[in-house]
Amino acid sequence: MTATAPERTAVRSAGGTPFILKKAFLSAFVALILFSLMVGIRTEAGPSGQLIYWTRFGELASLVAAVFGGSIVVELLRQWIGPDGAAALVPQPVQRMTAAAGRLVAPLLLIFTLLVPVIFYDQRYILDLAILVLTYVMLGWGLNVVVGLAGLLDLGYVAFYAVGAYSYALLATNFGLSFWVCLPLAGILAAFWGMLLGFPVLRLRGDYLAIVTLAFGEIIRLVIINWQSLTGGPNGVSGIPRPTLFGIPLTPGGDGLAAKLGIEFSPTHRIVFLFYVILAMALLTNWVTIRLRRLPIGRAWEALREDEVACRALGINTTTTKLTAFATGAMFGGLAGAFFATRQGFISPESFTFQESALVLAIVVLGGMGSQLGVALAALAMIGGFELFRGLEQYRMLVFGMAMVLLMIWRPRGLIGHRAPTVYLKQAQAISSDLVKEGHG
Amino acid sequence: MDYFAQQLINGLVLGSIYGLIAIGYTMVYGIVGMINFAHGDIFMIGGFIALISFLVLVSFGLTAVPVILLLVLLVSMAITALYGWTVERIAYRPLRHSFRLAPMLSAIGMSFVLSNFSQVAQGARVKPVPPIITGGYMLHEGAGGFVVQLSNVQIVVVLTTVVLLAIFTWLVARTRLGRDMRACEQDQTMAALLGVDVDRTISMTFVIGAALAAVAGMMYLLYYGLVDFFMGFVAGIKAFTAAVLGGIGSLPGAMLGGLAIGLIETLWSAYFSVEYKDVAAFSILIVVLIFLPTGLLGRPEVEKV
Repeated sequence: MTATAPERTAVRSAGGTPFILKKAFLSAFVALILFSLMVGIRTEAGPSGQLIYWTRFGELASLVAAVFGGSIVVELLRQWIGPDGAAALVPQPVQRMTAAAGRLVAPLLLIFTLLVPVIFYDQRYILDLAILVLTYVMLGWGLNVVVGLAGLLDLGYVAFYAVGAYSYALLATNFGLSFWVCLPLAGILAAFWGMLLGFPVLRLRGDYLAIVTLAFGEIIRLVIINWQSLTGGPNGVSGIPRPTLFGIPLTPGGDGLAAKLGIEFSPTHRIVFLFYVILAMALLTNWVTIRLRRLPIGRAWEALREDEVACRALGINTTTTKLTAFATGAMFGGLAGAFFATRQGFISPESFTFQESALVLAIVVLGGMGSQLGVALAALAMIGGFELFRGLEQYRMLVFGMAMVLLMIWRPRGLIGHRAPTVYLKQAQAISSDLVKEGHG
Repeated sequence: MDYFAQQLINGLVLGSIYGLIAIGYTMVYGIVGMINFAHGDIFMIGGFIALISFLVLVSFGLTAVPVILLLVLLVSMAITALYGWTVERIAYRPLRHSFRLAPMLSAIGMSFVLSNFSQVAQGARVKPVPPIITGGYMLHEGAGGFVVQLSNVQIVVVLTTVVLLAIFTWLVARTRLGRDMRACEQDQTMAALLGVDVDRTISMTFVIGAALAAVAGMMYLLYYGLVDFFMGFVAGIKAFTAAVLGGIGSLPGAMLGGLAIGLIETLWSAYFSVEYKDVAAFSILIVVLIFLPTGLLGRPEVEKV
């Protein structure tokens, strides 16, 4: 890494208006060519099926101008901040204070979350959003076991979510089993599928593993779409029963909870109940993960993440280590899936696309791999951000993709911080693993 | 037998398209050691640019088909190559020395950017074009009246692939750039010490890979007569499967793997079920990686400590 040091100072000294302008002109020129046909000309199938096109040179010009201006701003910012990064801008005492406040964030956040249904009782939208966020918090914590702790890049996590959702939906609609019976079954089935995926990929590493998990996720989705007699194909499964409070339904009828308690029925009861169910499930995920991390298996996961070869040399059984990581992560995915099915009352293959996998993965990475609090905050930021962009439906994934690229460039190890291994043999590595390729330092 | 022969022809044509995309995966993997996840979307962009430039050229009053095809080929190769260069520059170069998951995630982000950019810019609906090359030859008429045909489009697709592969092989084997690329594949640090501009070589790898993907996109447009913003994802995974099957890092392997995947997919659709053809392709990927992790023509990978 020392070789880059003189280069950086060179960049810094090569400032000045001509340099910035030259760079901006170059970027604008590249943008002009890139967008010339894709933006400058719009095609559409005409009324007779024949393709027609019209020009949009105004849009093209404004895009190119935006790239020109953006390039100047980025270059100015880069020269102003310099190679040391933004950390130097924040004075030491402030940094220490944020670190101290950081320890309070988790308990405060938990208390606030517990009180959400009380504070926002009348706001159905916020309650729904909170349930959605918690679902993703749980998914993120589940995937965190696989990606964050064991370092296995899983691009098909949504497959287990789907397995859990369909397990519950099919068991409940075909055999009339209740949510609380199906929940563990969905978890076990998903864990089983996790093991099934685990076996073939045991020998693979890194990118290959990622692609195989992606292929696996797509296979599950395609089978769900095409196996119409079982899954209903693209139409999905509807009429999935709502959860009950240990047998007492949350309905307006005479045997409903409201009638039994002698209070007036309100549909919000069910939402609040669902909120606490998913909160409990998410906290269970968190608790299990934290407990597992202190056990030998959890340490083996972290060792696997840091260096697989050294891991094997020390006699850690990488087969069981990987399989347990996959199975544990998959189980939590399956549980979340069962919850998703009961909350929606309807599921279809559309909910289990690769984009969903990427979203959960982005939450884990954004939060900082292995950091529990980070994942929760990232889920809040991501799902909240997605909600803000709801009006701009078609730009949403575009912005999401850009954010993913920028985030990787800016903070490859996560925005909020990542978890260093729980134990060290003698002392922490002199060089942080952020700075090196495979965790060697 | 006739039916089989016809499927064989169709499979080989599809296989050449996959092979052209697979070369981009294999080259980048050979040199940088990463899977360029956005490569399938580069292929899709290539198809779109071919479509748009075709429309514009036709509306300018050009009628000579060979001239149009050549111009469309050049324009889409040039612009798509610039896409490849930009993607490398924005999303991969800053991460050259980062930890190993970072380029993969950045590539996934780039893949979303490209496919959604084209959805926003050109709309989500499938874009059909009328057949540009028509006609063909009847090779054999069977007893049951089943005809084995070789259409002109198929000839164009296969011929273009063969010619471009010849140019490309010459480029890698005989030119300065090819030598630099092979040097970087062996050992980047050593190549840099001996005066090879590694950054430039990597950029050129992306440029060439994207140009070949653009050709594949144009051939897809000619052969199937449509493009849409989502076609890069599935085609990309299949081409990646082809690259792995042939042995990732090996150029002849990519072409061989492409033909194999094209044949398997076509024959599966012909004899089993069309619905499960993608499942079949993805299953092959998993099976290949389990039993042949280095592919048909690949070298065994040495595990470095």
